[in-house]
Amino acid sequence: MRVLYTSLKYLAVVLWSTFVIAPFLWAVSTSFKDFQSVTNGATYIPWVDFEPNLEGWRALWKSPAQGGVDIVEPFFNSVFVTASGSLISIILGTLAAYALSRFTFKAGFIRNGDITFFFISQRIMPPVVLAIPFFIMLGKFSLLDTLAGLIIVYIVLLMPIAVWIMVDFFNKVPVEIDETALIDGCNPLQAFYKVVLPNSIPGIIVAGMFCMIFGWTDFFFSFILTFTEVQLLPVAIVALNSSITPWWSLSAAALVSVAPLVLVAFIVERYLSKGNLSGALK
Amino acid sequence: MSLIASNLSFKPGNEWHLDNVSFEMSKGQIYTILGRTLAGKTTLLKTLAGLISPDQGTLTLDDGDFGSIPVWKREVAMVYQQFINYPHLSVYENVAFPLKQRRMQSDQIKTRVMKALQQVGLDGFENRKIQALSGGQQQRVALARSLVKEASVILLDEPLVNLDYKLREQLREEFRNIFSSEASKDSILIYSSTDPVEAMQLGGQILVMDEGRILQQGTSKEVYENPNCTKVAQITNDPAMNLFEGRVEDGRIILSSEIELELPQHCKGLATGSYIFGMRAAGITLNQKGFPFSVELSEISGSETFLHIRHEMIGVVGLLDSVQNFNTGEVVSVQFDTMQLYVFDQNEQLVSSPYRGLE
Repeated sequence: MRVLYTSLKYLAVVLWSTFVIAPFLWAVSTSFKDFQSVTNGATYIPWVDFEPNLEGWRALWKSPAQGGVDIVEPFFNSVFVTASGSLISIILGTLAAYALSRFTFKAGFIRNGDITFFFISQRIMPPVVLAIPFFIMLGKFSLLDTLAGLIIVYIVLLMPIAVWIMVDFFNKVPVEIDETALIDGCNPLQAFYKVVLPNSIPGIIVAGMFCMIFGWTDFFFSFILTFTEVQLLPVAIVALNSSITPWWSLSAAALVSVAPLVLVAFIVERYLSKGNLSGALK
Repeated sequence: MSLIASNLSFKPGNEWHLDNVSFEMSKGQIYTILGRTLAGKTTLLKTLAGLISPDQGTLTLDDGDFGSIPVWKREVAMVYQQFINYPHLSVYENVAFPLKQRRMQSDQIKTRVMKALQQVGLDGFENRKIQALSGGQQQRVALARSLVKEASVILLDEPLVNLDYKLREQLREEFRNIFSSEASKDSILIYSSTDPVEAMQLGGQILVMDEGRILQQGTSKEVYENPNCTKVAQITNDPAMNLFEGRVEDGRIILSSEIELELPQHCKGLATGSYIFGMRAAGITLNQKGFPFSVELSEISGSETFLHIRHEMIGVVGLLDSVQNFNTGEVVSVQFDTMQLYVFDQNEQLVSSPYRGLE
């Protein structure tokens, strides 16, 4: 019985891993193919099923005039917009979350919990509901099809995530740490940045990761709010899907778009598992 | 130097956390605030620290207004019952933190930090991370941080409650030595506790608190010997003092149809009437010539046995100075040592104590 249970467990793990990894392997394999290899039936293993080449990858750097797909500018646009939007969201969101966690706000029937819910309620609405007002407002301020406009929209979209995560994190940080800092001579602002903030790095990293994932993978708003001047990576990749789709370049571009998130995940993983607050309150 | 609190009151909701609290404290003394959970001890300490603004009342230190000074400028230090330290800093940096906030010179900081660490027995641990320390060591770091400030008022909020028994005993002894050292002579030490044994061992003055009020203030001996009401009698004893109702008639104490006691010498002169009688567990012992009580529970604690027994409406706890086993429902013969009898009136105020006789 035990052998059967173990076998089923491993089978489930293998199936799930295959399900997760298969699309990546498929994309990696396709990115080294050419027109012939893609159109001549299903081929999987390089050098056995098909002869690999770097055309798909080289095309990423070439302009359309040279027969390439040029995703360099969209890539850096995405990096700039996502990084700026996430950073500003984290800064504002952390400050807002600290205030919501530590101070009591009352305005009529509205309390701290209602304000926190107000932030996250913007993520509950279908994106299309937000798209129209965003479009009109950015148009009014001549920010349509600009990086600045996208950054503002991303701040609005990402800050609720940061507030939500950080409120929960700060609620778990004992308020006695803040009080001890005050007693030890810090004013409230110093208590925040000298004591609370350094001990909130795991929470900030989690919030930052979520902001980056949401920002980096957004297609809808970047598609609606940009036209010709500015293009972000998800839109540029989808734009490759035309009547003659260069699947090899599209796969390479898709892998490039995934790479930053994987890299960030590897870098911050150790901070996430560290649990820096373990010595604050035993 | 004296710290004077006058009519401090704090009522954040429907319940008083501080109800007209007044006291005067002098430097170089240890004051223990003794009370049950939710008695208002922590609220009082936080009010003294400046973390809570009372609804009314004043606080003065050396005749100067202490209550209006913001917490970060007050001459106070505080140790919490949780081991609160700064996890991102080393032991040295933790202890040095309040001095760095005062912008002291680094050589002065070093001298004072090393002295404080030596006082709490943590010299050699300067570079350790907080997470690498045991619970007792973490609490020593917190204590060192409170000592290094050389604050006028040092607040200790049940600092030993989260430690295991052995460590608590050891640290309690060390605390007493630290507090009685020269370094603490210029400070007012205020220690809160739920444990009457701890309060008595620390010595000094005791303030007994309940429901936000100070019920009694005095030396530990005074409070122990003459608790001014039934609540103080219960709070200052572990197990709580046994209380049972009865009448005084014809020079005898009548507790039930079967239990009558001779009026002890210190109660002679009590007027006929109903009273609440109090007796510590140690005053209730087993004796063949005693009264029949049935055992409800027996608890062995170290080399002693706490016996929970009942006779009609009278439920008491006796303390036997040996380890004994009893069955639930077993009938035992119990004697009351009336020389240890306290008498309270119907308003629960002390009428007579073995140490002072009739009030």
